[in-house]
Amino acid sequence: MLEVQNLSMRFGGLLAVDQVSLNVQEREIVSIIGPNGAGKTTVFNCMSGFYKPTGGKILFEGKEVQGKPDYRISRLGMVRTFQHVRLFTQMSVVENLLVAQHRHLNTNMLAGLLGTPNYRAREQKALDRAAYWLERVGLLESANRDAGNLSYGQQRRLEIARCMVTEPKLLMLDEPAAGLNPAETQELNQLIVSLKEDYNVSVVLIEHDMSLVMDISDRINVINQGRPLACGTPEEIRQNDDVIKAYLGEE
Amino acid sequence: MASNNYRHAVFCAIVTLIISFPILGLNLEAQGVNITLTGAKTSTIVAIFLAAGAVFVFQAFRDSFSGLLGKLPKLNPLADKEPMEQSKRVKLESWILTGIVVLALFWPFVVSRGSVDLATLVLIYIMLALGLNVVVGLAGLLDLGYVAFYAVGAYTFALLSQYTGISFWMALPLGALLAGTFGLLLGFPVLRLRGDYLAIVTLGFGEIIRILLNNWTSLTGGPNGIGGIPEPTLFGMEFGRRVKGEGNTSFHETFGIAYSGEHKVIFLYLIALVLAVITALIIRRFMRMPVGRAWEALREDEIAARSLGLSRTAVKLSAFTIGAFFAGFAGTVFASKQGFISPESFVFLESAIILAIVVLGGMGSQLGVILAAIAVTILPELAREFSEYRMLIFGAAMVLMMVWRPQGLLPMRRIHIKLNRQE
Amino acid sequence: MQDLLYFSQQLINGLTIGSAYALIAIGYTMVYGIIGMINFAHGEIYMIGAYTALIAITGLTALGLAWLPLILIVALVCAIIVSSTMGWAVERVAYRPVRGRHRLIPLISAIGMSIFLQNYVHLAQGSRNIGFPLLIEGGFKFGSDGHFEMSLSYMQITIFVTTLICMTVLSLFISRSRTGRACRAVSQDLGMASLLGIDTNRIISATFIIGAALAAVAGLLLGMYYGSVDPLFGFIAGLKAFTAAVLGGIGSIPGAMLGGLILGVSESMTSGYLSGEYKDVVSFGLLILILLFKPTGLLGKPEVEKI
Repeated sequence: MLEVQNLSMRFGGLLAVDQVSLNVQEREIVSIIGPNGAGKTTVFNCMSGFYKPTGGKILFEGKEVQGKPDYRISRLGMVRTFQHVRLFTQMSVVENLLVAQHRHLNTNMLAGLLGTPNYRAREQKALDRAAYWLERVGLLESANRDAGNLSYGQQRRLEIARCMVTEPKLLMLDEPAAGLNPAETQELNQLIVSLKEDYNVSVVLIEHDMSLVMDISDRINVINQGRPLACGTPEEIRQNDDVIKAYLGEE
Repeated sequence: MASNNYRHAVFCAIVTLIISFPILGLNLEAQGVNITLTGAKTSTIVAIFLAAGAVFVFQAFRDSFSGLLGKLPKLNPLADKEPMEQSKRVKLESWILTGIVVLALFWPFVVSRGSVDLATLVLIYIMLALGLNVVVGLAGLLDLGYVAFYAVGAYTFALLSQYTGISFWMALPLGALLAGTFGLLLGFPVLRLRGDYLAIVTLGFGEIIRILLNNWTSLTGGPNGIGGIPEPTLFGMEFGRRVKGEGNTSFHETFGIAYSGEHKVIFLYLIALVLAVITALIIRRFMRMPVGRAWEALREDEIAARSLGLSRTAVKLSAFTIGAFFAGFAGTVFASKQGFISPESFVFLESAIILAIVVLGGMGSQLGVILAAIAVTILPELAREFSEYRMLIFGAAMVLMMVWRPQGLLPMRRIHIKLNRQE
Repeated sequence: MQDLLYFSQQLINGLTIGSAYALIAIGYTMVYGIIGMINFAHGEIYMIGAYTALIAITGLTALGLAWLPLILIVALVCAIIVSSTMGWAVERVAYRPVRGRHRLIPLISAIGMSIFLQNYVHLAQGSRNIGFPLLIEGGFKFGSDGHFEMSLSYMQITIFVTTLICMTVLSLFISRSRTGRACRAVSQDLGMASLLGIDTNRIISATFIIGAALAAVAGLLLGMYYGSVDPLFGFIAGLKAFTAAVLGGIGSIPGAMLGGLILGVSESMTSGYLSGEYKDVVSFGLLILILLFKPTGLLGKPEVEKI
């Protein structure tokens, strides 16, 4: 469903991403791994429309999406999280989820001012969906707290729930396990697998720690210094000499 | 350490002298073609040196001062307390607002005509500030040319009444819609600019509109302005001594009471009051609607909001247009109240005053904005000698607010939607 | 022939005003380059420079001093001292405490400062405009065709020469001196510069002082050129200079010079061929168009959005 072909991104003289290719099938978890500074997040920024790639193509469900505005890409069903959690910290947890459903709501001003039945019904539906996902990620008790007051692990989960209420087809997670303890990481991995199994969502995952993604990924792409290094099943990657060298060479 | 403090204190005192003495202590006076330089009054000179002395003392003993300040009770008694529970706070705020409205309803019948006139002006400022509050406080867009939309509303009414004899009630929605359209058209290209650039561009737009009004003499009358703008009517009844409009009757004759100029003033005041209440209610409603959440989300974290499918331009544009719409509303009322308008009423300073109200009132908070509008408009009237210093104090207050409490005196808390679940 | 003469005259007038705009624009561009804020009160610093110069000139004349160069130099020095001190104080009082907060907060603080300073001078010196004595009279006359005579006044030459000197000194200062090098370092990366042991607060203060000093020079020059000052003198000029800075690419000093000249010429062409009333419209229009289509200006560097 997603195909990235020879993606390149140049900032002035710096070639941050060079000829990276990637494809994701339906109901698949694909990881992009690589050492810090390898250009993983830049790939994401191109995919989610924040950067306009300087070369290559991105096809989502057969349509070219590279260079489209970010909000349009999101509306097509490609939604991302951020390396450093980006919540609306002064809004309540449930409101974070309502904002994410903005385009599903009745945003007609007049309807809102008059409180038409359609407006109310949609608002209620959005609340229900928010409640469903809060329960799913274990945050229902915190629904009315400010998002900024949640613990770090809770914030991570809320960010994923916020993506899920938009009903995405492809979820892009940027180092979702960063800053979590082993138990939380385990829980998170279960959640990601269940998103795939139970909600038919494809997942692209960025991680710099290989061991975290080995268990859950269907396929793994390794990039190093902006260039593709290897791709294959976790087993193949584990035995790939180039990958071992890149990782050992770094550490 | 101590000598270092002294040196710094002497330095600061000298700085105070340098920036105050030449400008304050020496006065230029033009006498015909010649200019003479005279010393200021002794009291001013003394004040300058006292100020320098005060700066010296403050800087020299700064450490002990800040120690003392720490011991003083907090300026804001609420600072340490848990914020009031949301439902309670909302209730309290609505009670205060209702109280203000009820008080305002009786106001014109107990005070003098001049006070009613002033109160009408306060209401116009409240409308303007509430509208700008949507743009600055809720959506986080600094609009320095807000007064342009106010001008569009006022001039729409003035011009239409001059050329087509339109009535106030027809002009009111037209002026607001036209101002809103202007907001939409101007906002569309500029809203993708970064915050501070946006501020300057809107300032430029505001100035362009004012210059056009000033120079397009054939249409707008230029600096001479437009007069003879009609007052509102009540179901076709006019409030003047003689009936001017065709098919209209006069208020005092219909009710068989003696003519009084006060009727008109009070009627205009009541209209402004109703419109201000409507403005407040509509904007309050907006805050709880999806669009209100989108404003806040975009203001808090634009990148996250965009990643969730919110169109930056569409959301910002809605705030900009709504703000402009209410400015047009206020402009129409202003034109009707004055009966005469000229570009002089729509200078940058006016934008700055409205911005000052929003900033002082706590950006985003309606009650705060209303109280600030009342204070800013009425205080200079209460103390005439004070009015000279009005803008000086505004400027200083804006700086102080940014340094001390950028979220305003009554910090804003948008009413959050709650999730109520029965388990 | 007359067309050409007229055109050249407008060009000279435009370059005169433009070079003075460039002097003010440097203050905007340096401050923006270093701390990324629009110093909205900069126009007022320039206005205060003009007032101080006028006060000094009047005072010296009253004391019986008659040698013009001395009067001008003393007036210039006074204006620079007062404006620079003001610039320093404004930064300390209104900008330093809010540095690093959300972008709009320093801007609102600066607007407050601008209003404050305008009214400070208004209260002290009155709101009416005060005539600046005509100290430098006469000039060269060029080709006349009987109807129109092109001229280059000594005042205009003074403006060109002074601007040239200031710009040269500034360039030397930035490229050669220790403080200048530190300025460049801080404008590239404030955090890194402070890690390397540069006292960034000092450098920021220095930036404000330099910008204010140049604005004071412009204040004296344009005060004499226009022949009068009033408390609103700085507001429009400040906006114009800001436009010049943006036009050239904010953060870039050569950009500010280029932007100033372009703006000055386009303004004088508007008043020469269209109408003086619309010259402000043209410069604001120019500002809006640049921000919309090339927000990095002519010589500015592109910015990458950080995510």
